[in-house]
Amino acid sequence: MNEVLFVAFPYVAVALAIFGGVYRYRRNRFSYSTLSSQLLENRTLFWGSVPWHYGIVIVLLAHLLGFLMPSMWQAIMAGQYTLYTIEIIGYAFGLAALVGLCVLFVRRLTMERIRAVTSPMDWVLLADLLLQVGLGVYVSLVYRWGADWFVNTAVPWLVSLVSLNPQTQYITSLPLVVQLHMLNGFLVIALFPFSRLVHLIMFPFWYLWRPYQLVISNRPVTTMGKAHSDAEWA
Amino acid sequence: MEIRSQVSMVFHLDKCIGCHTCTIACKNIWTDRKGTEYMYWNNVETKPGTGYPTRWEDQTKYRGGWVVEGKRQKRLRLRLQGKWGTLTNIFYNPVLPQLDDYFEPWTYDYQNLFNAPLADEQPTARAISMVTGKYMDTIEAGPNWDDDLGGSQVYANNDPNFAGATQEELRQLQEIDRTVFFYLPRICNHCLNPGCVAACPQGAIYKRGEDGVVLVSQERCRAWRMCVSGCPYKKTYFNWSTGKAEKCILCYPRLESGQPPACFHSCVGRIRYIGLVLYDADAIEETAKAPQESLVQAQRDVIKDPFDPEVIAAAKASGVPDSKITAAQQSPVYQFVKKWKLALPLHPEFRTLPMLFYVPPLGPVLAKTDKGVYDNVADDSRLGPLMSSLERSRVPLRYMASLLSGGNEEIIRDVYRKLVAVRVYMRAKKVKDIPAEEVEKALTDGKTNAAEVEAIFRLTSLPTYEERFVVPPMERDMSVDSLFPALDPVSRNYPVRKGEVGVGFHTDPARGP
Ligand code: SF4
Ligand code: SF4
Repeated sequence: MNEVLFVAFPYVAVALAIFGGVYRYRRNRFSYSTLSSQLLENRTLFWGSVPWHYGIVIVLLAHLLGFLMPSMWQAIMAGQYTLYTIEIIGYAFGLAALVGLCVLFVRRLTMERIRAVTSPMDWVLLADLLLQVGLGVYVSLVYRWGADWFVNTAVPWLVSLVSLNPQTQYITSLPLVVQLHMLNGFLVIALFPFSRLVHLIMFPFWYLWRPYQLVISNRPVTTMGKAHSDAEWA
Repeated sequence: MEIRSQVSMVFHLDKCIGCHTCTIACKNIWTDRKGTEYMYWNNVETKPGTGYPTRWEDQTKYRGGWVVEGKRQKRLRLRLQGKWGTLTNIFYNPVLPQLDDYFEPWTYDYQNLFNAPLADEQPTARAISMVTGKYMDTIEAGPNWDDDLGGSQVYANNDPNFAGATQEELRQLQEIDRTVFFYLPRICNHCLNPGCVAACPQGAIYKRGEDGVVLVSQERCRAWRMCVSGCPYKKTYFNWSTGKAEKCILCYPRLESGQPPACFHSCVGRIRYIGLVLYDADAIEETAKAPQESLVQAQRDVIKDPFDPEVIAAAKASGVPDSKITAAQQSPVYQFVKKWKLALPLHPEFRTLPMLFYVPPLGPVLAKTDKGVYDNVADDSRLGPLMSSLERSRVPLRYMASLLSGGNEEIIRDVYRKLVAVRVYMRAKKVKDIPAEEVEKALTDGKTNAAEVEAIFRLTSLPTYEERFVVPPMERDMSVDSLFPALDPVSRNYPVRKGEVGVGFHTDPARGP
């Protein structure tokens, strides 16, 4: 059972995300969109979208940092006060994400215009994210110092998965809610190619380097001998 | 000097009768789909009025276009935000117009007229929202809600171009026999320095190298919705159903086969001209930074003389085909904008270098009435038998300057004097009731001469279809089909560059899950 849940399922979820995402990108790029509903409703969106996105981005980055650099992370967490600080920051952003998500949920439920642009998958995704963030916040409140212990439990398990040498013993002894949080995390990953979540890998960082204006010609134009660049002035 | 060709346009406002045929032509072809009901790629506004979306010209609210800033006015930046600002505001665009700034589109429950049970009252067709599908009890706005409402305190008085108007001027506009209005048809200006392109963090909007048409790649757009704010003319719209930005495409499939866009073709007043201009792409940035009062002149300067051998050589060097150079030489736009200096860009102070130019309407300059009688001979600076002085025009010159010259009243005066010269000259010629010295004076005042006036008259009043629309079909060897004949097996679209240029879209453009 543990093998199915903590070994097979994560692999399946990640494979789905990668292959599904690539397939959808190749097959139906048009459907890659954030599907923003800001045109239809503005005010409530602010109180939902902003805390949700900033909250979840910061919290996910912390997860990622612990996973990518466990030893450094642990060194930082060794200090009592840094641990306090990190935990408090974590609560704050986790709660912000949760509150934002609730606002988004209520907005979608109660506003006519937003309901008109809500698909069944939006409900699945919203419910699943709500569960995931709720579990996360609950775990961090009930099982204190998660910023510390997850490096010795979840991280080795994930590392073992990545290195194709799955070891479930790191997490089988963890409390049920913690295990649920991890499994549901992979469910979110599995939902990625089937929902509007795809927008998150589209975050347009390269805008920072791009020149303002873009000119595209069917045939590369040459200008006074030199090769024509598509970019205009920056 | 890097010379490119650009499809450019002139609208002659004196000829617009406000019939909205252009709007309907566009609507029927392009925006009758779900999510686009509220979009008017072409719309006709009543000016003075608040426009569409409401008060779109008010950039303190919508923050569109560019500003120059920094010491010595050297830096050009989007009024909206910097690049970092775009990324940090991406979850919530603080100045995105709301659907209610446009209107909530609706249809009527026509079935009820047929299916209603027998009753004592006539059945009615109630309004149904095209967004929610629910009944709408009160309709508060629609496209053209202020149509023909010149003098209205609700609309005309709230025109942002009246920002500097005195109470007296506003009061006069409401007097029934001084009320005045004219029409302002608007489409995307296919700007040289487009705010929409610059604001899009995804790089989904681009200007076509061949003809300067500005397009949104529907496959690249990710609904970050910054373009809607970046465009100061509010000519990029957000499709709430597909989650993609859409805008006027200048009917490029028609253009490529040598036909004018549908709104041009169908224009009843024949106010629309389309043609190519050659411009210097290297000078765009400097032009956009010009001081506000000289922006119009700077924009004239960026357009180059298509007969100048140097310009022709440079155009050829950067791959402009001969057919385009010839077309640029016959362009009606070049005549109106550069040669005669009659057509002006709309709100040049937004600094996007719009490529749609307007000949201001002479109508509103007509005399004010005095005790119900046209006061057209009252002072000596009169411009002719049908005109009072420009200073006494019913629409204040300051208003026209705010609309068409970045506040430079001298430019407006010059245009009007020339337009008046045309009228005086032609009247003297046809009706023969104006003495020769008055004609001479009008010509001198208008800084023009008989030959030019005749040419202006001809292109204004009697142009043929071929003279109004000079658009050469796309060169065959430039067409995308000849470059990429094969379909991609997975997406069933054309491969890479085809995707970039936005043609060959073969998958069903449906909203994602
Ligand atoms: S008018 Fe607006 S949408 Fe059109 S090119 Fe200019 S900035 Fe872009
Ligand atoms: S069709 Fe021509 S005359 Fe009629 S409203 Fe449009 S621009 Fe004006």
